[in-house]
This record gives sequence, structure tokens and C-alpha cells, in this order.
Amino acid sequence: MSGPALHLAVEIDGDGAHPAAWRRAAHSPDQLLTPRRVAQVAAIAENAGFTLITLDDGVLPPGASPDPVGRIGAVERAAFVAASTSTIGIAPVVPVTYAEPFHVSSQLASLDHISAGRAGWVVAEEERPEAARAWGRPLVADADARARESRDGVEVARALWDSWEDDAVIRSVATSRYLDRERLHYIDFTGDTYAVKGPAIVPRPPQGQLVVLGRPDRVPAAQLDVALVEGRDLASVATAAARTAAPHVFAEVEVALDTPEATAAERLADLEQHAPWTDRGRLRHIGSADQLVALLGDLRRHVDGVRLRPLVLDEDLAVLSRLVLPALSERRLVARPLPGTSLRSTLGLERPANRFAAAALATQEDAR
Amino acid sequence: MTRTDPLDVPRPHARLHFGVFFQGVNHWTIWSAPDSGSQIDPASFRQVAQTAERGLFDAFFLGEGLRLREVDGRIHDLDVAGRPDAITQLAALAAVTRRIGLVSTSNSTFNEPADLARRLSGLDLLSEGRAGWNVVTTDNAWTGANFRRGGYLDHADRYRRAEEFLTVARALWDGWEDGAVADSAGAPAWSAPGAVHQVRHQGPQFDVDLAPTLPRSAQGHPVIFQAGDSGEGRDFAARNADVIFSAHGNDFDDALAFADDIRRRLRAVGRPDDDLRILPGTEIILGATEEEAQEKKHWIRLQQVTPATALGIAGLLWGIDLSDRDADGPLPEEDPVVTENDGSFGARRIADPRAVVAEWRAKAQAYGWSLRETVIALGPQRGHVGTPSGLADKFAHFVRHGAIDGFNVTPYLIPDGLDDIVDLLVPELQERGIYRTEYTGPTLRENLGLRAPLTHRSAPDRRQAG
Ligand SMILES: Cc1cc2nc3c(=O)[nH]c(=O)nc-3n(C[C@H](O)[C@H](O)[C@H](O)COP(=O)(O)O)c2cc1C
Repeated sequence: MSGPALHLAVEIDGDGAHPAAWRRAAHSPDQLLTPRRVAQVAAIAENAGFTLITLDDGVLPPGASPDPVGRIGAVERAAFVAASTSTIGIAPVVPVTYAEPFHVSSQLASLDHISAGRAGWVVAEEERPEAARAWGRPLVADADARARESRDGVEVARALWDSWEDDAVIRSVATSRYLDRERLHYIDFTGDTYAVKGPAIVPRPPQGQLVVLGRPDRVPAAQLDVALVEGRDLASVATAAARTAAPHVFAEVEVALDTPEATAAERLADLEQHAPWTDRGRLRHIGSADQLVALLGDLRRHVDGVRLRPLVLDEDLAVLSRLVLPALSERRLVARPLPGTSLRSTLGLERPANRFAAAALATQEDAR
Repeated sequence: MTRTDPLDVPRPHARLHFGVFFQGVNHWTIWSAPDSGSQIDPASFRQVAQTAERGLFDAFFLGEGLRLREVDGRIHDLDVAGRPDAITQLAALAAVTRRIGLVSTSNSTFNEPADLARRLSGLDLLSEGRAGWNVVTTDNAWTGANFRRGGYLDHADRYRRAEEFLTVARALWDGWEDGAVADSAGAPAWSAPGAVHQVRHQGPQFDVDLAPTLPRSAQGHPVIFQAGDSGEGRDFAARNADVIFSAHGNDFDDALAFADDIRRRLRAVGRPDDDLRILPGTEIILGATEEEAQEKKHWIRLQQVTPATALGIAGLLWGIDLSDRDADGPLPEEDPVVTENDGSFGARRIADPRAVVAEWRAKAQAYGWSLRETVIALGPQRGHVGTPSGLADKFAHFVRHGAIDGFNVTPYLIPDGLDDIVDLLVPELQERGIYRTEYTGPTLRENLGLRAPLTHRSAPDRRQAG
């Protein structure tokens, strides 16, 4: 088969996509929040050949008490993982509904430096009123207002990433200037609810701009590198994908796979005794590895990648890495990221020109 | 050669603790030397942290500034600038170090407790009990221009907010009972029902209601550092901190006076007066002989205080743009211009510029110094210069007399600047019995020899403290 490879992302928060996933995990609950566990899952995903891992997050507990209520912040986990892996892309989920966009921008730029250009950002929202009370901030009540905070947050982060030109650090011994202040820029952002002056305190990230992923109905396409689309079946995914103007489209796919010990259906039924796997309108594959390979082959005609959400990481990630990725790779349907390659290049996305540098150049040319 | 502890000093068994301060915005890191590495490349951070760990340092320390400095409305371009977010960088270092503490300077004015407490907890868990938090408040308003809250919070309110912030953070850190999470996948529930407590706080600064998402770490919760020199800052430290990152470590008498002041404040709030470690920031310049060390210092100062930097420093003192003057010539003839706000962000306020200038003139005339030589000689005196053996004796004197508990060392070169300290000075300190030969334990709290976190002390501990 020819054509561009399908990019595979996997969401690795907690013990898996199912709320009761921890009951089938290979470790005890009190081992979830340990560095060993965090590093181990990332290493398995990297060795399997995934392009990207994403790490879900939010200020509220991931589950309803007393079931999984613990989670280390996604940026901290991402940074830790970046230092213990070498090729896989790493994208924390970071909501900007209440967070400070300046901090978010600095943290993500730092993650890109730490990972030598392997960082992404999954833009998300804090929807529940409890999140506002946790932050101690006025409630951002309706969907439009949350979309506005997301849009402004991404705009600020992206502008700050450009606020240092790539070569702003000049280390000019002759003039004793460390920086060229002409290559540093105030962003002077003014939105509906706040303003940010700039410039950043972190030099421009190695990728210029991190890879920004998000839902096209929540974040304007022009701000996204990768639109994350959902649909219950192939046709609705195809329709949603065709509607987005973002450079890349990834489909959200929930997977439960047959393992040597039990079928996917049996495994799911076991967990369903404890809690329901809520239907979020996403494509869901419950079955064999072969069928998943076929499904991904079909999806490749409509999307550039998929984000897999495995039922139980310890079980499904093993099948993915032993059967699914090798089969796809054999048929040249996926390509594993190469060492030393940025996430952007792996995805075939260009390194963006710096908006301020481009503007300065344009002014110079006008003057000529 | 092994020397025994002299017993006629106040603290014969005292140990010296070292931290390393990877500086952010500053002109003391020599970036112009050929062996000066990147200030942002993760390899630089890794190398410094790993060298410090080889030298059995307690902590790797990062500062924070949330806006680029400006002079007269223009971004200051002479200093090293451009640094990573501290907690993010430290979380990465947690993966490549095993024992050294990881201390983040994080602002309580421009963060919210739910978020910052959780990020610090995450660092503490990922490092298995090696996190520290240097609580700073920011001494300016212009940083606010980068944040939702904007603008200004006055000095007193900043410490009030910091204290209430810490109260909320500690409640969050203590929100899970020990053993809250099941130790078997077959358990009836992930956590013991009722073992995770909702934190509700209503105060003048914060009105929050949330469920903490993380257990306590191996050291309870992050070690609290404080860096601020005002009376309020010192009282805040006495009430809350485990470690003070002070600016009093050059001169023995000054250091001792500061330490005595802190001990007095500790007793006043009912804490034992050895409950807190005092680690002044310092630079250490080593030479094989005293003469060589002095020559090296001279070279280092010339790299740090370039002609342009000297004119910049003098410009702030005079309140005049001196950038077109000759740094190697005489001092400016003009009297200093004293204004309320000179529009310079990040400069220390000078109480009485006229008096300082008068002193500079007198000294420059007496010794025949140029402007640059004057800036170097009369600017802030930094650090300790000498042979490894001479400095080891000096530090033994400092620590055994209770003037300090150690130093937060600022290397003048990144990433190799700690090598000679680790290879030459540490062995001398070990010979004198004032430096560890192995890490005390796995956590930062244990290595610093600290008691349990203030909120975790049992009743007898508290009585003892009282
Ligand atoms: C040795 C030392 C280091 C400091 N480092 C920082 C820093 O990295 N970031 C910061 O925002 N403030 C830093 N500060 C400033 C203080 O935290 C504090 O906000 C400021 O000194 C005002 O408080 P004060 O009036 O009590 O001194 C430092 C202060 C001292 C003495």
C-alpha cells in the first residue's frame, strides 16, 4: 500500500479508558502514582512505535470518590517522561479555562526544550462548576465562554512562543550583549477577560510552535495543528474529518482487545459490573487485533491519525505493541518516529515561521 | 589525614549542606567564555544536577522571574536570560537523578493554591520525596502585566497572601490519610471511603473548595524554602520555612547576626532554634594557591562586569543613561538624579544614591580606580575565594559557630562550574568531618536533617517546640 502513514497516538492517563480499569491493572492502586509506573507505560508506548502519547488532566479528581481519585499533573508527568524517553512525542492535556496562559505557555515551551522538540499540547476545558470552586475563580459558565478562554489561551501561548525569535540569544562578546532586544517582542494581547504583555521568559521552543491538538468545535481550526474528531462510525468520522480545516485530523478511537486470557467482550463485561464505560460518541472497537488493524486501514482513507484510548493499559497496550503496531508497520500503514526527529517533522508539519520575525522582514522589505 | 572535631565550639558536630543555584536572569554567569554552555539546553541542567549529586549536594535550586527585566522601558540585553519553567524542568531532572533535592522558586502572588500545590506534589511524588518550594512573593507590580490578576499587590498583602496560600497548600498536601489508596487490585474500592478529605478554605485571599488529588510523598510534603530579607520576610520564614535562602554568607559577623536574628524569631514563634537551615547564596572561587585564586577572581570579575554591564550598573545608581561613557575612564562628574520611579524593572532600589556616589568617588580617588574597577570593587561582594584547604577551614569555622548551615552555590560557569568544588573542596570538607560521605536518606527533608513537616508533628514534638 502507498500513501502517507497513519499516525498513532495513545492516551495513557491512569489505568485505562474504563473508569474501573484499575481493577484489571497489573499493579496495585497505590503504585499508580509512582515514577516507576509513569516511566514504564511511556517506555512501552515508545518501544511499540507510537508517534505520540497524550496525558489527560484537569484540576478535579479523575474519578468519583472512592474510585480513582489520584492523578499527578500532566505537565509534570510529561516532563518526567521526556527525560526518560528519546523518540516518542509527548502531549499533556492542559485546560486553560482557569489556568494562567502565561504559565501554561512557559511550561509547554519548557517541555519542548526538555524533549528536544517532541512536545504537543492537547487543549481542553474544565467544564464542571466544581473546577471553578477548586481554582477559586469566577465560574466560566457556558460553552461559548469556555471556548473563548480556550481560544484566548491558545492565542496567548502561541504568541509567547514567537515572542523570542529563534536567534534572540546572540552572545555577542564584542558588545557584551547576551540578547538582541530587537528580536524579543511584546505580545500586547488584550482579550475579553485579561491582558498579557510578554515577552515570554522561555526562549522559543525548538519546534518553534508546539503541536497543538484540540476539538475543532472548541478551538478555531486556524489555531490547531491537529483536530481531534469523534464519531460513532466510520461515516460520521469521515464527515467530521472532511469538515475541519486544521492541517491534520486524528480520530478518537476507544479500544478493547482480545487477549490470550480473555476476549475483549469478556474483559469489558467484567468491568461493566463495576461501572459503565460511558458512551461519548466515539468510535469503539471491541474485538480482535486483526479487526482493529483492518479498521485502522479503513480510517487511513479519512484521517491522518488516530488517538487510541485503551480499555486497560496494562492489557491492551501489550496487544497493541505485540500484534497491532507490528502488523500495521509490516504493511507500511504506520511509520515509527525516528530518533532525533521533532514531533512536527514526524507528523509532516512544517516548522512555522516566527510571526514577529516575518513582520520585521516585511517592514525591511517595504523600506527598500 | 583525619581531624577530630574541636569541642570548644558551639556546634562541634555541625555539618555543612550544599545546594547549587542554577541562576536564571543574572550577569554573574559567564556566558562569554569558550567553555560556557547553553543556558537552556536540558543537557546543561542535567550535567549540573548530576555533578552536584556526585558531590553529595542536598539540593538543585532554580529561581524564577515572570517578566523580562527592563531598563527605561527597553528590555535589558546584557544579562543571561531565558530560562525554563522551574517545576517542569525539575520534573525532568527527577528522572535522571536519584538523591539530590529539587527546589522550585514559585511565586505565591501569581499562582493559585490548587494548581501550584498540585504541581509541587507531583514533583515530590515523581522524585520520591525530593521536592522543595522556595516561596517568593515578587517585589514589584510590573510582573502582573503577564497575568489574569494584573497589577499590584502591596508588600504586606503579598506576605499575607503567601501565608494563606501556604495554609491552603498544606491542607491539600495533608488531605489524604496515609494508606488512603488500596494496596491490592482486588480491594473493594480504589481508595478507602472517607480517606480523602475535601478542603474548604474561606479567607481574605482565597475562597476555595476542592478535593486534593495526590497522596503525601515519602517526605510528607515539599520542604519549604524562603528567600526574602525584610522583617516580614524573616517572620514569615520563622513561622513557615524549613530553609532560608539568605543573602548573608560572605562575612562571618554579618552571617552570625542574621542567624541569631532568625533563631530569635524562631523561638518567638515557639520553634526550636535549630529547626531551620540557613543557606546563603554564594560563589566559590578556588585556586591551587591563594595568589592563583585571587588572580582567578580578578579574571572572573572582568568577565562578569563587562564595560557595558559596569555602565549599566552605574547608570542605575546615577539615574542617568551612561551607556555612551568610557567604563575604563573616571566616574561621571554629574550628581545622581534621584527619582521615585526610574522605569527600571528588576533593579534593586538604592536607598540614598547620593551617599553611595560620594563613597564611590572617595574610594576611586584614593585607589585610582576607573569606573569599572569601582563597580567591581564596591558592588555587592560575592562569595569566597581561596584554596580548597583554606576555604574548608573557613567554612568549618562558619558552620561550627552557627553562622550558617551551608551554602547555595552559584557556579560562575555553566555547566562545568561545580567540578572543582566537587572534586577539590568537598574532599577537604569531608576530611574535616563537616561534610557527609554519603546521602543521609532518600528524601530532601532527611538530607537537610529536618524534623517532620510543621503540620505533621505529634503533640510531644509540639510541646518540645514550645
Ligand atoms: C537570596 C534571595 C533570592 C531570591 N530569589 C528570588 C527569585 O528567584 N525569584 C523571585 O521572584 N524573588 C526572589 N527573591 C525575592 C524575594 O522572594 C522577595 O519577594 C523579595 O525579596 C521581597 O521580599 P522582602 O522585602 O522580604 O525581601 C529572592 C530574595 C533573596 C534574598
